[in-house]
Amino acid sequence: MTSAAPASPAGTPPGPPTAPPGAAPPAKDAAPRSGTEDLTEPKVVPARHYGRWAVGAAVLVLVAQFTHGLVTNPAWEWEVFFRYLLADSVLRAVWVTLQLTAYGTLIGFALGLVVALMRLSKSPLLAGVAWAYVWAFRSIPLIVQLLFWFNLAYLYEELGVGIPFGPVVWSFGTMHLVGAMSAAVIGLALHQAAYAAEILRGGFLAVDPGQLEAAAALGIPRLRQLRRIVLPQAMRSILPNAANEIVSLFKGTSIVSVMAIGELFYQVQVIYGRNGRVVPLLMVATVWYIVLTTLLSIVQYYVERHFARGADRAPAPTPVQRARAFVRTLTSRRPLAPLPEKR
Amino acid sequence: MSTAPVIVDVRGIHKSFGAHPVLRGIDLQVRAGEVTVVIGPSGSGKSTLLRAINHLEKPNRGSVSIDGELIGYRRRGDKLYELKEREILRRRTRIGFVFQNFHLFPHLTVVENIVEAPISALRRPSGEARERAHALLARVGLSDKADAYPRQLSGGQQQRVAIARALALDPQVLLFDEPTSALDPELVGEVLDVIKDVARAGTTMIVVTHEIGFAREVADTVVFMDDGVVVEQGPPGDVLDHPRHERTKAFLSKVL
Ligand SMILES: Nc1ncnc2c1ncn2[C@@H]1O[C@H](COP(=O)(O)OP(=O)(O)OP(=O)(O)O)[C@@H](O)[C@H]1O
Ligand SMILES: [Mg+2]
Repeated sequence: MTSAAPASPAGTPPGPPTAPPGAAPPAKDAAPRSGTEDLTEPKVVPARHYGRWAVGAAVLVLVAQFTHGLVTNPAWEWEVFFRYLLADSVLRAVWVTLQLTAYGTLIGFALGLVVALMRLSKSPLLAGVAWAYVWAFRSIPLIVQLLFWFNLAYLYEELGVGIPFGPVVWSFGTMHLVGAMSAAVIGLALHQAAYAAEILRGGFLAVDPGQLEAAAALGIPRLRQLRRIVLPQAMRSILPNAANEIVSLFKGTSIVSVMAIGELFYQVQVIYGRNGRVVPLLMVATVWYIVLTTLLSIVQYYVERHFARGADRAPAPTPVQRARAFVRTLTSRRPLAPLPEKR
Repeated sequence: MSTAPVIVDVRGIHKSFGAHPVLRGIDLQVRAGEVTVVIGPSGSGKSTLLRAINHLEKPNRGSVSIDGELIGYRRRGDKLYELKEREILRRRTRIGFVFQNFHLFPHLTVVENIVEAPISALRRPSGEARERAHALLARVGLSDKADAYPRQLSGGQQQRVAIARALALDPQVLLFDEPTSALDPELVGEVLDVIKDVARAGTTMIVVTHEIGFAREVADTVVFMDDGVVVEQGPPGDVLDHPRHERTKAFLSKVL
């Protein structure tokens, strides 16, 4: 069954194949399947990486042993794990953890934006205050700060609104204001804001000053310059760091278990305190943390891709597109199309 | 020609960076529809002068007015009041600026680059701004690149987009700071052609360049600057072919 089309020179570009190492070289498929070899295009024999294969085999054995242990060792108590993974109390705790993360992130980054802009402003007073904020909240351990907020009522029984240093117009008790949950959110957000401010500031500084100059020369209003010109370009360097921060905040919410808030880690502790099944319940928490972090990483990938537009001459395909393309080549038996170069 | 009104009026501009004087009393008048080409050795202050004209650089002394309106200040009685940034930005829309390194916005498409300032600074309706952008792109010969991103264009194409972007504000004067210096030699011609075309259409412009041939062909006035002062100025035939000052002669003998 010799296909009519001879190996087209365009189908197999000479030079190093662009497919990842280990993938079947495209030249193999494209070579004419009849007995007559095309002499102008010699067959490519892929390099033999014996060392790499040996190490790969050793790693595979280790992974297999570990997995075997996970499945067969009864101490993992997988039936306990599965009983609690989707239990109501655990799901409620996951929800609390997500809420803490969301509020911490939203308030933290909003406040962080204000602090970063203050720090970059031409007013030395604002810049100084911003610097001091970052200094203070990076210096105080989060857990200490949280306990301060939790005990706010002890420090100030009442907070009021009025004329500075003058009479108070309206006041309220701190007991009602700062419950455990709001204390946790305030603490996490203030802490997060200090880090977010630095990440945002770094992102702004990474934008070519010529961009601002061009925007200023065009008379684009100040706020619009920030939103339309600076921020989208800064996002490229902000996003990876911001995602790191969100992930560490997400896991860091476990710290508020000291305030007896029913988030994931606290809830798991409560359960194993009752039934003594420590390991499977820690696994429940672990799996939830892993699953949600993975979801966040996927979101991060697509958000980063969105802000990378214009940065590459041809955007690299997403993993999904890549997989589809691969399946298509498997079914159509055509040579792999070279992937666009990734930068 | 000399009866046209003065559009750009630069008077006694001084500018120092620290203790280092860069502009030492520059006077320059450009009339409507005229092309002024500024030449001079590196470091003579040409870029600083252009940047002072649109107030990207705040002069220490002296004033710039565009069509009779001061840039950066408001005169009341015998005092000058410094304007707030918002007002400076608004006045800048009358001045187009084309940079040596284009400075297109890389995350916006060509059309988005062009309509950004008309929409946000001049509050033009988006449909109208887009229509005008496409007309300008046709004028610089890039109709087919409207939806490309700047990095997908050659340097010459990027600079032509930058020119279209500056023209989109319908500025009263267009400033060019060495618009072809960052380009490969074979791309210089296409950009100069666009600038010539814009000049012939009657746009007032000030061009800093090392392209003496371009100056000879297009300029109404050639200004030679050295060490922060205007050494001589006049029609290209005079300044380029019969320079009166030694410094001009020395400079021209090097670049010609
Ligand atoms: N922001 C600044 N801070 C300090 N010095 C500066 C600054 N901008 C310019 N200068 C100095 O001012 C002088 C004039 O610079 P300018 O860029 O105006 O020269 P130019 O005539 O445009 O030169 P070129 O032909 O190389 O572009 C130079 O000596 C430069 O070092
Ligand atoms: Mg210069």
